Amino acid sequence: MVEFVNLTLSGITSGMVYAAVALALVLIWRATRIVNFAQGGMLMLTTFLAWSVIDRGGSYWVALAVALIAGLALGAIVERIVIRPVENKPPLNAVIVTLGLLVVLQAVAGMIWGGQPRSYPPAFTIQGFKLGETGLLLSPFDLFVIGAVAVVMVALILLFRRTDLGLKLRASAFAPEVARLLGVRVGRMLTLGWALAAVVGSLAGVLIAPSVFVGPNQFDAVLVFGFTAAVIGGLDSPVGAVVGGLVLGCALSYVTGYISSDIVTLGALAALITVLMVRPNGLFATSAGRRV
Amino acid sequence: MNLQTTNPQPKNARAHAPLDRGWAGVVLRMLRRHTLLRHTLLAVVAVVALAYLTGAVSPYRDLQIAHMAYIVCAAAGLTVLTGLGGQISLGHGAFMAIGAYTTALVLNHWAWPLAAVLLAAVTVTAVAGFIVGVAAARLHGPYLAGATLALAVGLPGLVSYEPVTGLLGGQNGLSVSPSPPPLALGETFPLERWQAWISCLCAVIVMWLLANLTHSRLGRSLPATRDDEIAAALSGIRVARVRIITSVVAAACAGLGGGLLAVVTTLAAPGAFPLTLSLQLVAAVVLGGLGSLAGAVWGSVVLVLVPNWASDPDASAHLPHNVASNLPALIFGTVLIVVTLLFPRGMQGGFRWVGRQVKRRLTERTG
Repeated sequence: MVEFVNLTLSGITSGMVYAAVALALVLIWRATRIVNFAQGGMLMLTTFLAWSVIDRGGSYWVALAVALIAGLALGAIVERIVIRPVENKPPLNAVIVTLGLLVVLQAVAGMIWGGQPRSYPPAFTIQGFKLGETGLLLSPFDLFVIGAVAVVMVALILLFRRTDLGLKLRASAFAPEVARLLGVRVGRMLTLGWALAAVVGSLAGVLIAPSVFVGPNQFDAVLVFGFTAAVIGGLDSPVGAVVGGLVLGCALSYVTGYISSDIVTLGALAALITVLMVRPNGLFATSAGRRV
Repeated sequence: MNLQTTNPQPKNARAHAPLDRGWAGVVLRMLRRHTLLRHTLLAVVAVVALAYLTGAVSPYRDLQIAHMAYIVCAAAGLTVLTGLGGQISLGHGAFMAIGAYTTALVLNHWAWPLAAVLLAAVTVTAVAGFIVGVAAARLHGPYLAGATLALAVGLPGLVSYEPVTGLLGGQNGLSVSPSPPPLALGETFPLERWQAWISCLCAVIVMWLLANLTHSRLGRSLPATRDDEIAAALSGIRVARVRIITSVVAAACAGLGGGLLAVVTTLAAPGAFPLTLSLQLVAAVVLGGLGSLAGAVWGSVVLVLVPNWASDPDASAHLPHNVASNLPALIFGTVLIVVTLLFPRGMQGGFRWVGRQVKRRLTERTG
């Protein structure tokens, strides 16, 4: 029982990080109908920048701020330069461009920082809480991870539901032509959407960095799990991204704890196939009419 | 202008006229009409050309040709699946892994002749492709991409799983004893050239089969399911069945490619099938030109040659180690982005454009 609780707790913590990555993917998918495979590379680069700040003696919080601001800028630049030409083109073109970008970002990071994974300090202790005699797999840092992602989610919900800017963002994603006719600068909104998504991604990168280390290829699994979480939830739904992240996090945690950590990605595959067998468009998909 | 639009026929007829006379014209017309004959002739030409080419170059280049040939096998299958069928697969490397491990296991345990071993690899991967195809037939777009991505990442991890490590050799993989060239070719016949021959022969066979397949009933219904699933279903195409068959075909090709990889590199190990391999296959298909079998060949050639050329020791000797070791990836990624942005139809699209220009110039001159 204790083991089950502990596995669930660690599943929730990692699930929140997957949820953040999934959220970044969902934001971009909703705005531009593109799956951003470069997300893993983008958050890797911003986490490396944060690592450099800490390496030079900067504090954790300054590094976090640097990562988030770098994410904002990187997202906007990427959208403007390489994504704009493939928007509204065959979907495979966007897939290839984002994959190419992932390769380029990893190569650039490897050139600057080398291939050796570096350790990244957590904000708080990772010593678990104790409940009487039994140690829990939940530390102050885990609480910080869960809290930080939750705060970002609430902020995003408020932004999209309660502000003019959020309305414009939703309008340009939902009906670009109509939005443009009504005076919304759709292009700018798409750039902003990418920038926001990249910020969420950068946060996820910094939060997961203490457990996966920082290296050019260290975040590949995070991207795959984030993508899996987004697909489980249904790519169109931010709520689905969070639920998908938590479901996946717990499923992977159980696989690691009860079977073997070697087949943890196969566990992700099994969870994904199971969900998609029942609902081919993810858990939170809205059914759409099909037309010829 | 007016004359052209109302009656374009005579101009066309005149353009073809010099070619349609005499026995050459008869052969040309026959080739234009009989697809099977045309493809067979092309395959024979390719075999002769490859036999000459592999004999003329150094053993190192022979090895490169062998690499290209097995990537062509996998990429050609993926072209049919993704380019014609519209099903994105980011997990084709997993099928190559299945093919390679089947080859290694069969060779090490039973020592069958090579053709039978490769056939076994094709059969096993075809079964795997059937299972994946049945599971994926309902999926499309990013959902399919996600499922296949998880397959590509997850499957190589299986080798470290305790109950099967003994059989599959864990992270170190299984070594495959190289199949030596037959003695009839002479004792000094280089192993690399023999491996290039095997791979190229398989690649030509795969291309021949797929070229005929794309001109068949199934091949013609594939773009229909890609462009409009519902319209295709309404016109009597069984979409799910077509997709499953395509998945089986694509997996079988990748399995053959993987089997050849195991034979050429004499190793089947999880390190040979990272996610990058699957992504590179997709990249080869898109670079070459989506939906074009010839494009799969160009894409594979670029895939093998560009990183190789970029990691040329003479060119990168003066660079720091970190920069030099990442240069191939940087160039590869940049090529991917630039080609997709500037030439969305890939290299084959570019060649066709050039061909059309040349043809137009010629017809203008003769007419």
